[in-house]
Amino acid sequence: MVEPVGLDPAGLDALLSHALSLATDAEAEAIFTERSAALTRFANSRIHQNVAERDATLRIRLVRDARTGVASTNRLDDEGLREVVARASATLALATPNPDGAPLAEARPSTADPGLGFVAATARADPELRALGARAVIAAGDAAHLEASGAFSTETATLAVANSRGMRNTHSVTQAKLLTVMMDGNGGSGYAQATGPDIRSIDAAAVGEEAAGKASRSHDAVDLEPGEYPVILEEYAVATILEYLSWMGFSALAVEEGRSFMDLGQQIMGPNVSIWDDGLDPTGLPTAIDFEGVPKQRVDLISNGVAQAVVHDTATAARAGVESTGHGLPAPNAFGPMAWNLFMSPGSSAKEVMLSGIERGVWVTRFHYVNIVHPRRGILTGMTKDGTFLIEDGRITRPIRNLRFSQSIPEAFSTIEAIGSDTQLVAAEYSGINARVPALRLAKFSFTGATGAEAQG
Amino acid sequence: MQELSDLALDVARSEGAGYADVRFVEQATESLTVKNGNLAEASSNRSEGFGVRVLLDGAWGFAGSSRLERAEVERTAREAVAIARASGLATREPIVLDDSPPAEAIYRTPYREDPFAVPLDEKLRMLFEADEVMAKVPGVTLRTSSMAFGREHKTFASTEGARIEQEILDSGAGIEAMAFNESEVQRRSYPQSAGGQHVTGGFEAIRELQLADNAQRIAEEAVALLDAPQCPSGQMTLIVDSPQLALQVHESCGHPIELDRVLGMEASFAGTSFLTLDKLDHLQYGSEIVNMEADATAPGGLGTFGFDDEGVAAQKVPIVTAGRLVGYLTSRETAPIIGRRSMGSSRASGWNVIPLIRMTNVNLRPGDAGTLEDLIADTKDGLFVSTNHSWSIDDRRLNFQFGTEVGWLIKNGRRTKMVKNPTYTGITPQFWGSCDAICGPSEWTLWGVPNCGKGEPMQTHGVGHGAAPARFRGVEVGVGRW
Repeated sequence: MVEPVGLDPAGLDALLSHALSLATDAEAEAIFTERSAALTRFANSRIHQNVAERDATLRIRLVRDARTGVASTNRLDDEGLREVVARASATLALATPNPDGAPLAEARPSTADPGLGFVAATARADPELRALGARAVIAAGDAAHLEASGAFSTETATLAVANSRGMRNTHSVTQAKLLTVMMDGNGGSGYAQATGPDIRSIDAAAVGEEAAGKASRSHDAVDLEPGEYPVILEEYAVATILEYLSWMGFSALAVEEGRSFMDLGQQIMGPNVSIWDDGLDPTGLPTAIDFEGVPKQRVDLISNGVAQAVVHDTATAARAGVESTGHGLPAPNAFGPMAWNLFMSPGSSAKEVMLSGIERGVWVTRFHYVNIVHPRRGILTGMTKDGTFLIEDGRITRPIRNLRFSQSIPEAFSTIEAIGSDTQLVAAEYSGINARVPALRLAKFSFTGATGAEAQG
Repeated sequence: MQELSDLALDVARSEGAGYADVRFVEQATESLTVKNGNLAEASSNRSEGFGVRVLLDGAWGFAGSSRLERAEVERTAREAVAIARASGLATREPIVLDDSPPAEAIYRTPYREDPFAVPLDEKLRMLFEADEVMAKVPGVTLRTSSMAFGREHKTFASTEGARIEQEILDSGAGIEAMAFNESEVQRRSYPQSAGGQHVTGGFEAIRELQLADNAQRIAEEAVALLDAPQCPSGQMTLIVDSPQLALQVHESCGHPIELDRVLGMEASFAGTSFLTLDKLDHLQYGSEIVNMEADATAPGGLGTFGFDDEGVAAQKVPIVTAGRLVGYLTSRETAPIIGRRSMGSSRASGWNVIPLIRMTNVNLRPGDAGTLEDLIADTKDGLFVSTNHSWSIDDRRLNFQFGTEVGWLIKNGRRTKMVKNPTYTGITPQFWGSCDAICGPSEWTLWGVPNCGKGEPMQTHGVGHGAAPARFRGVEVGVGRW
């Protein structure tokens, strides 16, 4: 069972109030983060790592005359609180003023349902439940003569922010996530993932069967000459692209610093593309407030292909003369605000129907190790993985070995020919970003390399 | 802490664990960032806690907690055993550890000047000095100067009798200038990207970097890149500078020699490896001048320590000898599978996570090609690239693509025109097989990579790579449509 560290709401409020009261000669912000997490990991069709952790951290930010001092600790007794405030105070005393720095957020109460994104069944999940989930996935692999790897994780997290301007907001959430890669030992592999606040919505056997089906169809892959092809990107691949669009350019700071592809007010993608961030949508992985305590607002980032808006924290909002949209990371930071609850509007096509009319193209299940080549032009590179197939005359004909793409995403998303009618919630591998997205059919996507048979050795 | 360590091990044993270890860890970090003339960040962080790892009937369990209380230690040790019991619901043959001898020892990073004792205003003065130099260069739109320090104090104890105490100190700093116009954004960094150079050691390493002395050059180069021509496309002779080559070693050698990857244990996340067990002692990984080793004893490396987080002593082992693959990074669980004893590369990034096979300092040994200028003078036609900008590699670590901050064309043995947005791509053994010259010891630097990610939950760790500039023939450069 994933147990919380043990502070009830009154205890948490007392802790934050006490911490703020210790800061007597500056404005103060206290950020409390608590995380109780467990993860059962399997590989070669057995559980090989199985872990749990609980931690709670208090971060103090002191601000006086545009100077800032920050310190954090996970010692939450009185001595620990006094030490962390003293450490922030010592930094503040020597800090130089920063007129561009982040002021404390003004008090704005969250009106979100306190239960949004929190499911007790997930918080109560125990190691046996995760092990049984892993076993169901492994069984699907065994049935198809495949080796299963993956991870089944559950987590309870609380974020509470208080400041001396009267801010007091708290939100607790849960997340369960099961993912697997199935491999046939001969280069064929398949992937599946399920995530959400409620562990009861995860059907482990179905996740296993999806990945096993994909892996079974992936054996005896052939090489495909790199080049420009029409593609169908499944939801996992689309979510990764949105994750990197967020890293590259959905933040106000990226626009300020001239490194974003978001030319606000301009048509940067096709008219059928709408992307937004909404931390309050219960069909995502909700987060009601940001790390400055500011309630989250929905931000329409790209509407009908037009770069509409970017997300703000208190610092970028102050410079732009607007309100924070509730996307701040712990301030101050060099990275700026972050959009991490992404959505893309669905269309009307079934994935199978999207195949129709493609003479020769590529079906991509997911991407691997994507990275930013040129943020201003929105160019990414990365590899396909775990289910890449050749499309010929409107149908999938054979698996192909993995391809490297190097592609401007605004350009690619200007050629979307069909959008899936269903959406899937996908949690990113490396970051906390999640996205609910449809599958896409693009007229052109540029593959610049391949890990062909010769390279496999 | 000794009392709590003993308690954790006693509880684990009494609950049935066949093996248990416990780590108590205190970490302190300090980060300073000056951005466009303002102090953008000054923060100090502290975290402490412990983690109990157990083997029950050959299956692993781990639990960690930040509450250093007897009752919590007992609860956490019991939780670790309960988790191991659950692991038994989906297991195969039992896990067996190697026979590495339990050690009783103390290790501390050698240093001359404690960075946490250097006054904040002195550190800020160095950062502001570099910032001011960059500010004087017209056209620079964003300047960043940063420092970061860490101190980790940790104890390790096991039911086999190991008792180890270590204190690891690390220091890092760097500067960065950016310039942008309507269609272009360019960056130059010193001494390398991703926050600069990081070492295990004290503030003396920061003073040696001479940030301000290099600020004008990188600022001017960032501005010049805006109007530089695009890097050409095609097959070229490529010279890679030392910090970029360090990252090349990281991605194309460091990760694929992790034995857990080789054995499929990271398959669902980071991927597997093309360096499968049948390749050991057989595969010609690179040309005969390519020699690599994993050296956790190298002074100053971010992968330098006394003992890994399973209590195995730091070692220096060959990985690639005369171009042939001869070794892996191993742990106590994985080494016996290839008939060896752990070479001590099992590391945890904190108290709350298990040790995984991580790089120590995976170094490319210097060659005999003299200085960088000697190497350029010996090259008729080619491209010299410097400082990493982007990286990507496939799940088996074969197909890579790197972007660097800057490139210069080489004509008749001379560095000529600057080019922007250089990229190069290749297949790992073909690329290293095309290496025909490596600069000598005077050009060799042990670089720190402070942000290597691996595992689930993700662990971010510092690792080291020594490299000198080297030359590669027939490399595909200028990838994609620009």
